Amino acid sequence: MMRRGLAGQRLVAAFLGGALLFNYPVLSLLDRSEPFFGMPMLWACLFIVWAALIAVVAWIAERGAR
Amino acid sequence: MLSGTVVVAASFAYLLLLFAVAWYGDRRAEQGRSIIANPWTYAMSLAVYCTAWTYFGSVGRAASGGVWFLPIYLGPTLAMSLSWLVLLKMIRISRTYRITSIADFIASRYGKSHLLGGLVTIIAVVGMVPYIALQLKAISSGYSVLTGSDDSGVFPFAASSWFNDGTLYVALTLALFTVLFGARHLDAAERHEGMVAAIAFESVVKLLAFLVIGGFVTWGVYEGFGDIFARAFANPELAPLLSLKTASSAGYGGWFALTLLAMLSVIFLPRQFQVTVVENVNEQHLRRAVWLFPGYLLLINIFVLPIALGGLLYFGRGTVDPDTFVLSLPLAHGERALALLAFIGGLSAATGMVIVETIAVSTMVCNDLVMPLLLSTERFKRSDHPDLTGLLLGIRRGAIVVVLLLGYLYFRLAGEAYALVSIGLISFAAVAQFAPAMLGGMYWRGGTREGAFAGLLAGFVVWAYTLMLPSVAKSGWLDRSFLDNGLFGLEYLQPEQLFGLAGLDSISHALFWSLTANIACYVLVSLARVPTGQEATQATLFVDVFSRGQDAPATFWRGSAQVQDLQPLVARFLGAERARRMFESYARERGLARIDELKPDAGLVQFAETQLAGAIGSASARVMVSSVVQEEPLGLDEVMDILDEASQVRAYSRELEEKSQALEEATAELRAANERLKELDRLKDDFMSSVTHELRTPLTSIRAFSEMLLDDPEIDLKDRMRFLGIIVSETERLTRLVNQVLDMAKIESGHAEWHNTDIDMRELVGHAVETTEQLFRDRGAVLELDLPDQAPHLRADHDRVLQVLLNLISNAAKFVPDDAGVARVRLSCEAGQLRVDVSDNGPGIAPGQLGVIFEKFRQGGDEHSRPQGTGLGLPISRQIVEHFGGRLWVQSRAGEGATFSFVLPLSPEAGDGPDHAMT
Repeated sequence: MMRRGLAGQRLVAAFLGGALLFNYPVLSLLDRSEPFFGMPMLWACLFIVWAALIAVVAWIAERGAR
Repeated sequence: MLSGTVVVAASFAYLLLLFAVAWYGDRRAEQGRSIIANPWTYAMSLAVYCTAWTYFGSVGRAASGGVWFLPIYLGPTLAMSLSWLVLLKMIRISRTYRITSIADFIASRYGKSHLLGGLVTIIAVVGMVPYIALQLKAISSGYSVLTGSDDSGVFPFAASSWFNDGTLYVALTLALFTVLFGARHLDAAERHEGMVAAIAFESVVKLLAFLVIGGFVTWGVYEGFGDIFARAFANPELAPLLSLKTASSAGYGGWFALTLLAMLSVIFLPRQFQVTVVENVNEQHLRRAVWLFPGYLLLINIFVLPIALGGLLYFGRGTVDPDTFVLSLPLAHGERALALLAFIGGLSAATGMVIVETIAVSTMVCNDLVMPLLLSTERFKRSDHPDLTGLLLGIRRGAIVVVLLLGYLYFRLAGEAYALVSIGLISFAAVAQFAPAMLGGMYWRGGTREGAFAGLLAGFVVWAYTLMLPSVAKSGWLDRSFLDNGLFGLEYLQPEQLFGLAGLDSISHALFWSLTANIACYVLVSLARVPTGQEATQATLFVDVFSRGQDAPATFWRGSAQVQDLQPLVARFLGAERARRMFESYARERGLARIDELKPDAGLVQFAETQLAGAIGSASARVMVSSVVQEEPLGLDEVMDILDEASQVRAYSRELEEKSQALEEATAELRAANERLKELDRLKDDFMSSVTHELRTPLTSIRAFSEMLLDDPEIDLKDRMRFLGIIVSETERLTRLVNQVLDMAKIESGHAEWHNTDIDMRELVGHAVETTEQLFRDRGAVLELDLPDQAPHLRADHDRVLQVLLNLISNAAKFVPDDAGVARVRLSCEAGQLRVDVSDNGPGIAPGQLGVIFEKFRQGGDEHSRPQGTGLGLPISRQIVEHFGGRLWVQSRAGEGATFSFVLPLSPEAGDGPDHAMT
């Protein structure tokens, strides 16, 4: 029960982090014209942040299952 | 180009395959070996979120707006990370109360209201129509791209009249398949295992197909991501697409609005509710879906921008519809098989969506719109229908066909004017209207039926006025003038700039106004009155679902019905055989052998109602059951009484718990006190026996010598003197003993007198040594003195401290060996305390005796060799030292002498205590 509550709080924290990173003003920092390893900076960064968020959520959710 | 026959044949083959999967899933479910009861299938079935919109429309969106296709997938990712809070609660509520659709959920929450259920159903149908049109448009335009638009093979798409419009046939075919998938038979829980299996399968197919096409465009047509992006950067027309600001005029506000919209949609779309909540087999599956589903979304989006850019680079802008790049790019490179695969993937996405969405919507139409209307007509009530399962199925099948035809109608009306994504967003904005009533209902007890109704209605009207009507008007079916001049020519009523709000894109604009109206009406109207009894009951059931037992929903009304009345009622809607089986298993759970033995109680009524709720919705089930039940519905007062009673009982039990805890603590304390008393009693007994024993020894000798003197007057003087000497010394010993016992008793009881003065310990130790010098001289022993040059003064009782010193030094004198004894007294000054060590070179103390010698009447050494003493000196000394806040202890090893030490603090706490004042 304790663990479950903790996982829930962690997921909320992940949500808040994701909401922050996917919105103005953080988003405007990523919106640059120069390429990122040959790819558009914004596009690449969005996917990287996205993947990281999924990884964090997966870690929290699967860890809580133990 | 492919021939139409090939495309149609492949499509049918694929649909048959889907059907086979569904059939297999159903069969396995019947055997009890479900293939969908695992988290992977569950997560894949959630991917029904990705429709033809994702498959074709995202590319089109990316071609015009760059990364602006992404918020639709970032929103669900964020929403899923909250699902452990929101979705889990929805699943638990729905499972506990047999809720099978969003309309049922909202109707049930606000007091099982028909009106609300009907409104939600209408919003869902109207809102979903554009979305279904989107799927039809995607399939038909995909087909025409694949076959060449002038191809008139099987479906003549170019035809202008409706009866030979292929899209109509697409709609009808999909309707047929949906009926086959979801409305073949009735299930009380509205669960469709086979359909879920097919949906999970189609999710995999569309993902693989899209990845293959993406891979083909990225590495087959171009030379990887770097190549495509390098070309795009170099192209002045495409470079603006790569930045958020330059790609769209909506700005960050629009981005936020889209993300929010997608977040709400992934929870409140009827088909998402169906797969996430209704079809959920095990709550724990959500745990994996929380990350697997967002992972799926990420994968399916990786190639969207590369395909869009690749298409634009290849075809240029304006020649080919970007919505069909997924098909036209492989075709343009002669990869006809690949194009067919892409079409199958798109078909997969579209059929999956259509099947689940129409099943979900048809359930609502049947349970929350048609059934309540039917049940309210007198003719229906009076007529005797033995079995209504056929009617129920008929209504659902009809609803499926009607919804698909409505979708077709919208496609004909407005479909051509809009890109896929724009159509989809209209639907998203419609389902967002469910959010306040749903979320409010799950977390807020104050929401009322009127509040929910007003909120939904206001949100829906604003949505229709700001989004739906303009979309129809822009297609030329309505007079456009109200778009530019506002309704009735009123400027501030312009649908896309309501009250003059400009600068937002149409979606953000509509979302803002509709949700504002919705939430405001919901909250304000709800706050206008206190919830009624039934609303309060349902609110408690929903909000506190986790703290209630899953098996026993509380019954807040009294009623009873004979099983003979209830069973036929359930049988009318679910079939006689099924009803009999249900009641039998219910009876078995109660430990009864036959249905007839079931007691006509509230639990039985509840059971029947729950079973019916799955088939005809909770509100209708309520009406049907109450028609046969002699129940007395509880008024608000009575429900409040029950709730009050419950909370009082809770308060009492909490109080009782606290009291019993206090009682336990008191018992423990008493037990400890009792133990202590017993121990003291034992000590007292020991003490008494020791004292009497110690008194008897000198008394015996005094008596013996006195008797000798009395009996024999002839004893010569020398003996007489000796005897009298012994008597005197024994008397002295007695006196000393009695004094010490009294002393001890006084100190222990706190009645001792303490005369505190400033003491110079150097002087005191010197005095003690002088007093005892004779003792050492008598035994031929040496007493060494080790004093510091100066010692701080100490506030204590001079005589008492001297008593301690004398006791320790005389003890040393008693134990040193004859003629070779050395004793040593050392005074030292430590941090804030004075320390005195008295050491000797006597026999020492055995380790076992170290603790014992401080007890009363216990002396060191063995019985024979130890010198005379009362056995009270050390206990008294320890009491005195401790009274002044100090400590007395001994260090010794057998055979190596002993060192008794005590420390006294320079500022004794006890010295100024109450003992001091007592005289």
